[in-house]
Amino acid sequence: MAARVIEAPATPEEKLRDWTKPAAMAIPKEGYVSVKNGRYGPIYPRTPACHGFTIIAKIKPGREDAIRSYGKTIEKAITDIPDVLETLKLHYLRWVLFDIGQDTYFMYQGIFDTDFDKYTEDAVALFKKVGVNTVFENLEGFPEDWKTNVPAFVKFLREHQCPSFLEYGEYPYATADEIKKALQLKAKFSEMLDLMQ
Amino acid sequence: MAIYSPSLPKSLGRGLLKAEPGSLEFEDIQHFLIHRSPALAARYEFLTFREPAAGRAWLGAMTEKVTTAAAVRSGQLDTRWVTVALSWNGMRGLGLDDHSLASFPEEFRQGMATRAEVLGLTGRNHPEHWKSGLASADLHAIVILFARDVPERERCRVEHEKFLLQCQGVEVLSSLDLEAIPPFDYAHEHFGYRDRLSQPAIEGTGEEPMPGSGPAIKAGEFVLGYPDEEGPSAGGPKPEMLSRNGSYIAYLMMEEHVGAFRDFLRQHGETHDEQELVAAKLIGRWRSGAPLVLTPEKDDPELAGDYQRTNDFDYGKMDPHGYGCPLGAHIRRMNPRDTAANMNRRKMIRRGGTYGAPLPEDAPEDGRERGIAAFVGCASLVRQFEFAMNVWANDPSFHELGNERDPIVGTQDGSFDMTIPKRPIRNKIKRLPAFTTIRGGAYFFLPGIKALRYLASLT
Repeated sequence: MAARVIEAPATPEEKLRDWTKPAAMAIPKEGYVSVKNGRYGPIYPRTPACHGFTIIAKIKPGREDAIRSYGKTIEKAITDIPDVLETLKLHYLRWVLFDIGQDTYFMYQGIFDTDFDKYTEDAVALFKKVGVNTVFENLEGFPEDWKTNVPAFVKFLREHQCPSFLEYGEYPYATADEIKKALQLKAKFSEMLDLMQ
Repeated sequence: MAIYSPSLPKSLGRGLLKAEPGSLEFEDIQHFLIHRSPALAARYEFLTFREPAAGRAWLGAMTEKVTTAAAVRSGQLDTRWVTVALSWNGMRGLGLDDHSLASFPEEFRQGMATRAEVLGLTGRNHPEHWKSGLASADLHAIVILFARDVPERERCRVEHEKFLLQCQGVEVLSSLDLEAIPPFDYAHEHFGYRDRLSQPAIEGTGEEPMPGSGPAIKAGEFVLGYPDEEGPSAGGPKPEMLSRNGSYIAYLMMEEHVGAFRDFLRQHGETHDEQELVAAKLIGRWRSGAPLVLTPEKDDPELAGDYQRTNDFDYGKMDPHGYGCPLGAHIRRMNPRDTAANMNRRKMIRRGGTYGAPLPEDAPEDGRERGIAAFVGCASLVRQFEFAMNVWANDPSFHELGNERDPIVGTQDGSFDMTIPKRPIRNKIKRLPAFTTIRGGAYFFLPGIKALRYLASLT
């Protein structure tokens, strides 16, 4: 099946979203095909690979171990309460540490289904609710008052967001909830077939 | 949206409300968001200050007319209730210094017209079509007059008109008269839906939340200077005098196309009962106000008016698939209850009323404008009002619906759908028409009484 390239994710195009046709989207350098304003600034487009961000920021000196141990913290939180991040409507998170010269950088990639602004608001609320601090506290320039200053949190993320210039989806625009429903449906059908034996 | 009701608010009906320990500074808070007034008529006047000194003189005198929350709580039976609020340009027009002006949140500084895209105010809802000067930088202040009846409103209108003659340099950009529409036995709007059924109770006011509404909400979600649902207040405008006991209000004037709405019902229902069901599915309540989750098959007017029961439901357990209340119905979008995160940070207080003459039942569309002119009050426009408009009203992907918007307050252009879950096969209404058009809107700051005096005494 030929991949479909969408140059402009205008609303009428979005309405033609078809998960059966793999799709790619080339994105201009600015990160937007056309500027649509969201509550905290321009909205990054929903692409065949859904919403998401790639945050890259320099870490504070000596914080590498703290960041790595934070991976364990999240792992335990999910083990204890599997749906603890449910409100964020995530597909995937990828955290990477890498060096440039003498400095260490942190890359935080997330793929999710809400828009950027809602994700960030929900994330701040969630971190406060479950009583965890954020890994971002180990990054240079992160606002110390993030718990009471959501706009400052959002501003930090926007300033450190590196927009993709290409995104691809093998099953474009499908949300995590839709995928979970499809898998549930498959399981239920299997169960139904078992019951019919 | 809220519509006038002739019934006394609970506070007055019960007599004096008992203040809770450590509660709010009611004598310094305008009554507007704290207690509803039993008004049957209203007038909104939108003003501009041509001269800062004239604006301050006007504000100083008007401040003494403002109805405080304490006055309403005292149980005194007034015949009119006055509210004064200012736009960001209005505070600049009074001579507020740049440092203070910069301390207001960005969305408020920009104003509603600039935030149109965020709010989904596109197409024929776009501010370029607004009238009454609401999209103009000259919009500086609003006086909201609620009156017991039309004669009292007219008396107040004349009185304010006379006063303005003494304030050379303060001009009325436009005004709007509002009146409750019959029948007066309960509050409703032009489409016939009962209103005012679900409003948050504010902690510290003594008001009891209705069953099913969850606990009372921290005052800081609506009034600046108090702890909110996440702790102590922070980041209010400076100086602190300004933010103490203040709120933000978003004004929306929404025309209702009653003829088109009734045509739609007739197209989608052959019998009266079928039409009523379609009307109920759009909103999530029967026009009587009875919630579909509790009575999905037939209307139950008695349930509608029973405040112990009419809000006592959730969606996640009682109607997860939307067989009663569709996932995209108005009340399920604007208050998803247990099916959304951080709900206590998204609550809003609604006030307002209906304008224009009602269209008689069975009369064809007469082309006259009628609708709702309402306010949403909150502590953060971006977190509460703008979120509701941006995500709940206008995000086509809400609840995985894919191509839907709120059927009443969402921006509709004939290209969105409305899914009505039904066994065995759902009913999908394609190309839902626009039943409403936004005719104007604005953001205002609703200062406390001391803050009003401070602004009136700037030098």
